[in-house]
Amino acid sequence: MIAQLRVAGQIAVFIAVFAGVAALSDWPSYHQIPPQSAVVKLSFTHVADRVAACRERTKEELEKLPPNMRNPLECSRRRGAVYVELDIDGRTVYRGSLQPSGLSGDGPARVYERFVVPVGAHGIAVRMRDTGRSEGFDHAKSGEVVLASNQNFVIDFRREANGFVFQ
Amino acid sequence: MRSLLRNGFEFLERAADTIFGPRLNPIPQLGALGFFLFWIVAVSGIYLFIFFDTGVVDAYNSIESITHRQWFAGGVLRSFHRYASDLMVVVLVVHATREFALDRYRGAYWFSWFTGVPLIWLLYASGITGYWLVWDQLAQYVAIVSSELLDWLPIFGEPIARNFLTPASLNDRFFTLLIFMHIGIPLVLLFVMWVHILRISRPNMNPPRALAVVVLISLVIVSFWKPAQSQGSADLAAIPNDVGLDWFYLPLYPLADLWSHGAVWALLGGFTLMLLAMPWLPPLRRPRPVEVNLAHCNGCGRCVEDCPHEAVRMVPRADGRPFIQQAQVNSAACVSCGICVGSCPSSTPFRRSAELETGIDLPDLPLRELRRQTEAAAAELSGPVRVLTFACAHSAAGVQQKHTVKVPCIATVPPSLIDYVVSRNLADGVVVAGCAERAGYHRLGVAWMQGRLAGERDPRLRARVQRERICSIWASRSEQSRFGAEVKRFTAALGSLGPNKGLSPRTDGGAESAAKAESLHEEVVS
Repeated sequence: MIAQLRVAGQIAVFIAVFAGVAALSDWPSYHQIPPQSAVVKLSFTHVADRVAACRERTKEELEKLPPNMRNPLECSRRRGAVYVELDIDGRTVYRGSLQPSGLSGDGPARVYERFVVPVGAHGIAVRMRDTGRSEGFDHAKSGEVVLASNQNFVIDFRREANGFVFQ
Repeated sequence: MRSLLRNGFEFLERAADTIFGPRLNPIPQLGALGFFLFWIVAVSGIYLFIFFDTGVVDAYNSIESITHRQWFAGGVLRSFHRYASDLMVVVLVVHATREFALDRYRGAYWFSWFTGVPLIWLLYASGITGYWLVWDQLAQYVAIVSSELLDWLPIFGEPIARNFLTPASLNDRFFTLLIFMHIGIPLVLLFVMWVHILRISRPNMNPPRALAVVVLISLVIVSFWKPAQSQGSADLAAIPNDVGLDWFYLPLYPLADLWSHGAVWALLGGFTLMLLAMPWLPPLRRPRPVEVNLAHCNGCGRCVEDCPHEAVRMVPRADGRPFIQQAQVNSAACVSCGICVGSCPSSTPFRRSAELETGIDLPDLPLRELRRQTEAAAAELSGPVRVLTFACAHSAAGVQQKHTVKVPCIATVPPSLIDYVVSRNLADGVVVAGCAERAGYHRLGVAWMQGRLAGERDPRLRARVQRERICSIWASRSEQSRFGAEVKRFTAALGSLGPNKGLSPRTDGGAESAAKAESLHEEVVS
């Protein structure tokens, strides 16, 4: 009788452990955003203009350089910041001055932001300046979009398109 | 907190002892079970890899094919792969908590604890990259949150999360990189698992066969009952918003939605640093490590054989005596359990030299002190049945004060000391009280003592010792009532045996007996 009870106990322990593991391996489920919501993602990498304009080297300066390094232009490596703003339904939800990456500040500035919005029509406007000017914008795009439930709406900047892309 | 945890484990282990018996109790076998589960994951993973295609569409389709078209093989092995991986997390967490509860993370244990911390990261990295490969909705969620977290670290030029921005962003080569990571990281995991047990003598890497078979059968049953399934193909144009999370591997992922990514990294980094620093917060104040006394060491190597932590090794003889080797102690690895003292053939209390010495000894409880305590405890015995107890300090008898000689581990007691008590008629019977059989506080101590008492392991308890006068009780601290009952039974049995007459009554002084003892000692060390 005791041996039978022990076997029953062993079975019970293994059922509890394995059922627990099997259950917790995919339950309870997780909802990242509320129901009837969508996500607007603003994400791009972009290299702004150099902080200083390139300068032409003089003939004397060029002669002092080794022949393989005689670039007629001397340019600063450092890039300026990219300034970007995003409005959703007329409200500015993001405003940021994106610093260039890299130890020398010569890499692209980057942004990756996500905004949860209710489903339905939304007015979206995005603006960016990358030329070092303090007023106005160099690139902008706006439009009316209708977002479905769980839609992933992406605002990207494409150099080849020279502007923002909604997808 | 540690004592609370220790009591909790004590309760669980006793319950498991009742159900499984000491040999098959799974709780002390967690390390071995971890290795066993790793091999299950590895073998099932190799099978899945044969049929897996790398590609944005192919990855999901190939996994679906494995799961449904060959449900009897690939489907079952996919479930093996999933559930054995999940069990590895359970095993790791319980094993680490138990080691903490038993204070096995400081002092000489620091190495195993310290090397166990990267195992946590490697296990999670292995599991998480595995979830990416399936490329279902869960994979999409895991990939996006993981890459968003990684992008917070200022080490990547291009944000990794941009790979998952739109369906067009992802390419097949990404899956080639992923499969490389999912094979490479577990290989590193295996290597670190090996490093983790380097300082342990006779590491237990294989659970008892019966336990392994039951785990396998359970995996088969659970694989048919609830086969691992994909959660719909990934679609980067949509947010995967109803995902069944694997809460063993992904419990912190929802935090990435609630906290800033910096805060999540601070939690992970802080927790990791705390685990790494724990062996020194504060450091263990342990008794002094054993010391070798070359004058009494004949280089037999029994201490090396019995040391559970590889803290003793044999080196070429340095004192010019006619032996090939001598014992050398690595004091950093010594936990001062004294098992080597019990194994040394020179540890014989019968010797009558002015100062009793042995080949390897505990400075805080030298053999002569052990003999003195034994004689003192025996002198206090009275009544019709005199019972002396040798008690491991961590066992049920460890709390007992009267008529008890306490040692750090029961295997510290040389069998000749038991012989000494019985044959010199210091007591009518001897209780040898060690930790519970399932897992001694000091590894291997119980097993070695059982072997010595049974005459199966050197140094053996001599045949002349009446076995009816010896009672070994393996009971943990919480098993006081069982211990008491067994002592009572033993005392009653001794009563029916009659008084101990001893074998070689001690004669005080006398050049003859002293010379005899010295010659015996010379015989032993040579």
